[in-house]
Amino acid sequence: MKPSFAPGDKVRVVARETATHCRTPHYLRGKRGVVSRVFGTFPNPEQLAYHRIGVPHVPLYQVDFDYAEVWGKAAPNTRISADIFQHWLEADR
Amino acid sequence: MTRAVHDIGGLPAGPIEIAEHERTFFEQRIDAMMRLLAHPTHGYYTVDAMRRAIESLPREDYVGLGYYERWLQAMRKLVVEKGLVSEADIEGKLRSLANEAGQK
Repeated sequence: MKPSFAPGDKVRVVARETATHCRTPHYLRGKRGVVSRVFGTFPNPEQLAYHRIGVPHVPLYQVDFDYAEVWGKAAPNTRISADIFQHWLEADR
Repeated sequence: MTRAVHDIGGLPAGPIEIAEHERTFFEQRIDAMMRLLAHPTHGYYTVDAMRRAIESLPREDYVGLGYYERWLQAMRKLVVEKGLVSEADIEGKLRSLANEAGQK
């Protein structure tokens, strides 16, 4: 799977509910951020967790979030960074 | 929205206990077993499967057990899933150990 996003791209974490294993923290769902780094592509942990091999491999990004976007109040010099897989991101236009 | 038992970022939870303690022999054994089972040369399961097994423990276990006790419950689940041993094997071994302990 090719990376859809590049550093500087505005993204939004998909506000999806899941009953199965995933690494996307609940507190970031639906939040807007900016891609700061592309780590490469990796086996999908949502499949590895159930003894499958994790294909297709999925691009993984570091996404930075403004503190106020996540927690609703400002905090100077504080940034939240999280590693988010591509299928949990959509373009924020 | 429903949240998984482990996914508590941002929820009120009181102060975090950050004091270190010496690892007990029990904890070291659990750590060693987990690393052997998850090591790629054996590949019985991945760290992701381990996380899933821990995070899908019943809420009372997730909250009530210690860190390595959660690991132990997760390993038990995974070795059975992978067919390394059966739940009956584990129960049988626990019974025989309990009997041995009772005879001492």
